[in-house]
Amino acid sequence: MAKKPLFFFLILCGSMVIVVLLMFSRFGRSKEETGSCNGEARVLYKHQNVTRSEIHALVSLFSDSDQVTSFECRKESSPGMWASYGITCALNMRLEKHETTESFHGRRVAAQCFIPDGELPLDLNPSDLSHSISSAAHMCDNLEQSLEQPKEHKNVEEGLDWDLLSYLRNTWWCLILGILVCHRIFVFHSKTPRERQEKVYLQEPLAQKKQQQCSQTNSRGAGKWRKNILLLGVIAGVSLSVWWFWDTNEEIILKRRETLENMCDERARVLQDQFNVSLNHVHALSILVSTFHHGKTPSAIDQKTFGEYTERTNFERPLTSGVAYALKVPHLKREQFEKEHGWTIKKMETEDQTLVQDCVPENFDPAPIQDEYAPVIFAQETVSHIVSVDMMSGEEDRENILRARASGKGVLTSPFKLLKSNHLGVVLTFAVYDANLPLDATEEQRIEATIGYLGASYDMPSLVEKLLHQLASKQTIAVDVYDTTNASGLIKMYGSDIGDISEQHISSLDFGDPSRKHEMHCRFKHKLPIPWTAIIPSGLVLVITFLVGYIFNEALTRIATVEEDCQKMRELKARAEAADVAKSQFLATVSHEIRTPMNGVLGMLKLLMDTDLDVKQMDYAQTAHGSGKDLISLINEVLDQAKIESGRLELENVPFDMRFVLDNVSSLLSGKANEKGIELAVYVSRQVPDIVVGDSCRFRQIITNLVGNSIKFTQDKGHIFISVHLADEVKEPLNIEDAVLKQRLALGCSEPGETVSGFPAVNALRSWSHFKTFYSNESHNSDKIKLLVTVEDTGVGIPVDAQGRIFTPFMQADSSTSRTYGGTGIGLSISKRLVELMQGEMGFVSEPGIGSTFSFTGVFGKAEANSSIAKLERFDLAIQEFKGLRALVIDNRNIRAEVTSYHLRRLGISVDIASSLRMACTSVSKLGNLAMVLIENDVWNKKDFAVLDELLTGSKETSARVPKFLLLATSATLVESSEMKSSGLIDEVVIKPLRMSVLICCLQETLVNGKKRQPRKRRNLGRLIREKQILVVDDNLVNRRVAEGALKKYGAIVTCVESGKAALAMLKPPHNFDACFMDLQMPEMDGFEATRRIRDLERRINKKIASGEVSAEMFSKFNSWHVPILAMTADVIQATNEECMKCGMDGYVSKPFEEEVLYTAVARFFESC
Amino acid sequence: MLGLGVDRLQADINRLLASLFHQGVLDEQFLQLQQLQDDTSPNFVYDVINIYFDESEKLLRNLRLLLMDREFSDFKKIGLHLNQLVGSSSSIGARRVRNVCVAFRSASELNNRLGCLRGLEVVEHEYHYLKNMMHELFQLEQQRLLAAGVRYPM
Repeated sequence: MAKKPLFFFLILCGSMVIVVLLMFSRFGRSKEETGSCNGEARVLYKHQNVTRSEIHALVSLFSDSDQVTSFECRKESSPGMWASYGITCALNMRLEKHETTESFHGRRVAAQCFIPDGELPLDLNPSDLSHSISSAAHMCDNLEQSLEQPKEHKNVEEGLDWDLLSYLRNTWWCLILGILVCHRIFVFHSKTPRERQEKVYLQEPLAQKKQQQCSQTNSRGAGKWRKNILLLGVIAGVSLSVWWFWDTNEEIILKRRETLENMCDERARVLQDQFNVSLNHVHALSILVSTFHHGKTPSAIDQKTFGEYTERTNFERPLTSGVAYALKVPHLKREQFEKEHGWTIKKMETEDQTLVQDCVPENFDPAPIQDEYAPVIFAQETVSHIVSVDMMSGEEDRENILRARASGKGVLTSPFKLLKSNHLGVVLTFAVYDANLPLDATEEQRIEATIGYLGASYDMPSLVEKLLHQLASKQTIAVDVYDTTNASGLIKMYGSDIGDISEQHISSLDFGDPSRKHEMHCRFKHKLPIPWTAIIPSGLVLVITFLVGYIFNEALTRIATVEEDCQKMRELKARAEAADVAKSQFLATVSHEIRTPMNGVLGMLKLLMDTDLDVKQMDYAQTAHGSGKDLISLINEVLDQAKIESGRLELENVPFDMRFVLDNVSSLLSGKANEKGIELAVYVSRQVPDIVVGDSCRFRQIITNLVGNSIKFTQDKGHIFISVHLADEVKEPLNIEDAVLKQRLALGCSEPGETVSGFPAVNALRSWSHFKTFYSNESHNSDKIKLLVTVEDTGVGIPVDAQGRIFTPFMQADSSTSRTYGGTGIGLSISKRLVELMQGEMGFVSEPGIGSTFSFTGVFGKAEANSSIAKLERFDLAIQEFKGLRALVIDNRNIRAEVTSYHLRRLGISVDIASSLRMACTSVSKLGNLAMVLIENDVWNKKDFAVLDELLTGSKETSARVPKFLLLATSATLVESSEMKSSGLIDEVVIKPLRMSVLICCLQETLVNGKKRQPRKRRNLGRLIREKQILVVDDNLVNRRVAEGALKKYGAIVTCVESGKAALAMLKPPHNFDACFMDLQMPEMDGFEATRRIRDLERRINKKIASGEVSAEMFSKFNSWHVPILAMTADVIQATNEECMKCGMDGYVSKPFEEEVLYTAVARFFESC
Repeated sequence: MLGLGVDRLQADINRLLASLFHQGVLDEQFLQLQQLQDDTSPNFVYDVINIYFDESEKLLRNLRLLLMDREFSDFKKIGLHLNQLVGSSSSIGARRVRNVCVAFRSASELNNRLGCLRGLEVVEHEYHYLKNMMHELFQLEQQRLLAAGVRYPM
């Protein structure tokens, strides 16, 4: 989970970078690429079928500065995730629409945007997933759509104004918002299933398994979708890189073409210009000839002059290889002309293609007879070989001459092989007219006025080559020049076949002759080089895409494996837990099953022991019985452990008397303790309330366990001391009021003499300091108290290395322990757990050889002040008897004296302490009216006692009461104590451990001398219901008799009736009954009905008395009648109980009468009387 | 005899009681009943048990008559009788009789005549067993009392 925020952060960073890039590239681009928001909206409207309202919403959303809150509002208001998904998707779609319509970079952002959106549903359930996928697919569609129409968009957007910055900012915020939302949703979705899972764990394992399978398929489906999305992302990346390559390549090609165009045009222009320049010059030359040759007589020009002049001005006509002047000679004048010049007019031999040097004009045949001739008279040196040749005889030249003189402009021939030079060339011909030709002369006039022709030959290849040499980058470009006058047959004037034919540019050339068309074809010499500039970035994108794809793929695979592992672990955990629960359940069941037959075995053994057995048989039976009992207790312990482990153990909350419980424990264990000669002492602080609310059984179990352990590990000496304090008492050690506690804390174990038995013990303070909750005040409510119980012994102690594992179940200090002392080692573990259930802690301090002190705390409730416990009632009487008596305890050990006085105080006896008999002698005079003197066996001293005895009995001779002497003894000293008793020195021996019942018993025997004790219980009950008139209503004769007998036993006067009707008659006021026991199930009128009627009757009478209708005296002493009615029922179930109360009964007793129950039920009504 | 058998008789009584308890024929309620007996009512247990037998005899006779009747349909009445029997049985601590009566009652609540007949048989069986045992017990008791009553001139 920790990785995911990081992941989103990375995406955030990536998108930031991209947006920054986008911004820069935006600035670099021309304005035409941007569009206004309106334009955008229109485009959206047009192409995406987005409704106007949606666009408005979009615009408002974008312009809203507080987008996050608005979006979250939407998210919260949406009932499920669907709606919010819709919004997210819409947002992203719009985002993309913006960006894709814009530029390549925009699309890149969109693609990036798409990826996080795709990553989003990592832990979604399939329905959500499919939705997001469909939206993703939709986005792809949009992407494609907008890719197809970028040009159109451009057109639409052109000329529209758009605030670039605000657009970018909005895009940017939307992007961040989108990512945040994605993250939020993602986190939300990844959390919920886990919670659900946890909740489900609390339920039963079957449902759990189902759920697990379900979630497994969920996660599996999610993994599949994730892969699909990744695939889509990779495809998008690849298509992006391909598109990029294509785009860049296109650009390169375009640029190349542009370059070619420019170069070609440049070359054409230069060529044309040069050509025109020389054309003009040739024209000028023609005018020169007309002016100086024809205009002057005699002629100013002869061949020599012409040759020189043309030679000198040749630089003016860089393209011409030579110029010549031919005279128009009609056939009539041929003779004259030939004579004049001295040579015949020769015919041009086109077929003779010999070189210039070999070309001798004299070899030419004379020109055939024609209408007119055009013999060359002047020629430049370079073409002097054509002097005297008739130009009219050449096909091309003839045509040229005719056109030139007709048009009056320079005309060109089509390219042909020039004479002698063997190069392709063209001939430019100008007609030379009479000087006085009008400007708007017609063709005929021009022909008439023609007197000669000036021709210039252009040697194209050499000329073009010369030209091109002057221009830059001649190497890269190849040029062809064509004559295209005849559309079907192009005539190549210059060029080669080399170069890249695939691409060429054609520029038209205008050489000033409208009837001739020329073109220049340009092309690159070399083929297009490999477009590295396009390949490298797109290749990089491709590589990055694949890398990222690979990384994500790895991550997804890893997530899948981890999830799978997690699933497996959960399954295993669930199985382990189930196994644990099953184990506990098995233990609980089996223990229970064993317990039942074991009870049978024990019962039978008990019965067996009651039969006549000889000693041997008795021994066997006893051993078997003992073993059985051990087994039962072990099983009970295991059962407890299992119960606690399976969490089925619940503590009761009932009020109980802690002191009474401790008495019980000490009486239970006193036998064992006495056997070993260990002194067992119980002390409860005065601040501990009489009644606390808690689970007395479990409390008792803990105490029994600890004390039992202590007895087990203490050998023949020392003591076991149980003390109970309030935890608050110990919190501030400086102002402890309790005497016992003070002494224990003040003195370390190093100082013997102040422990109960005098043997050193471990100071418990150390274990208390480990309690975590001990000093905290958190549970300081008024109705809860925290008790601190310590059990101190002087046993063998726990080895230091074993102290750590003492609370582990079935672990004993070492394996030899169980051999020496027996036991399973489960008790402490159970105790600790029980203490934990009581919100307390358990700890211990132990020193080998000295002893151990176990302490635990527990939180108990405070009982309400008036609640009393039935068990205590039977002591009430005795306590009443002893109240106000005074006693003197003579004991040399303060702490032991305190323990004794604690027990006496419980009986309401006030106590003074003397540390020795001698001390007692001195103090006894001050203490008047002593009822008893309790002397500890240790301080017994015959001589001192005699003095004391003398003092007391002697001085008190006059008074009615003589203090009784009681000796406190342990069982070890029982024999001598008994001797003392029999010798008459003392009145009674009290065997320790002291406990209330024993103490009461002893005191009663000694104080109430000779009077035989009656069974207390019976007397108690008797006192309550003696002489009471009681009506028993039962249809069953037997029951009637039993009830009668039971009640008579307690001195009640019983009247029996056998039906509800009879009871009604008897209980009609006035009557003398004090109570009524009513059977519930009777024929005719059952107990409920009878009671209801009796109550009705009573109510009516009461009303009458109240209104004074009937004198109260008539109905005896009562002001209002209400006879207590107690239901007798065979089965006391709750429903019946409630019903009893509803129809006006006061209580119930279960039918086979039990004294206790009878007593408690009746006590309520008669106590007050 | 001659008073020397008192202890042995007491042991016999105890043994008998123990076996009855063990068999579940009696329960602690019987002990309670015994505790109610004292000097003021020396024959309390005997009286009560006798009343119980009389009453139960009547009830059982009625039950048999009811069930033997061919046009029998009054399960409610059977239920009432059984309630009586259950009540008195639990009062004296006749545990087994009580238990089989409860079973019988549930059969009657289901209007199961065959079950009722079977139940009646079982109840009668248990009842007679109890009666025999009680008879024996009282005889022993009587002998004990007689033995205890023997006084030798000192």
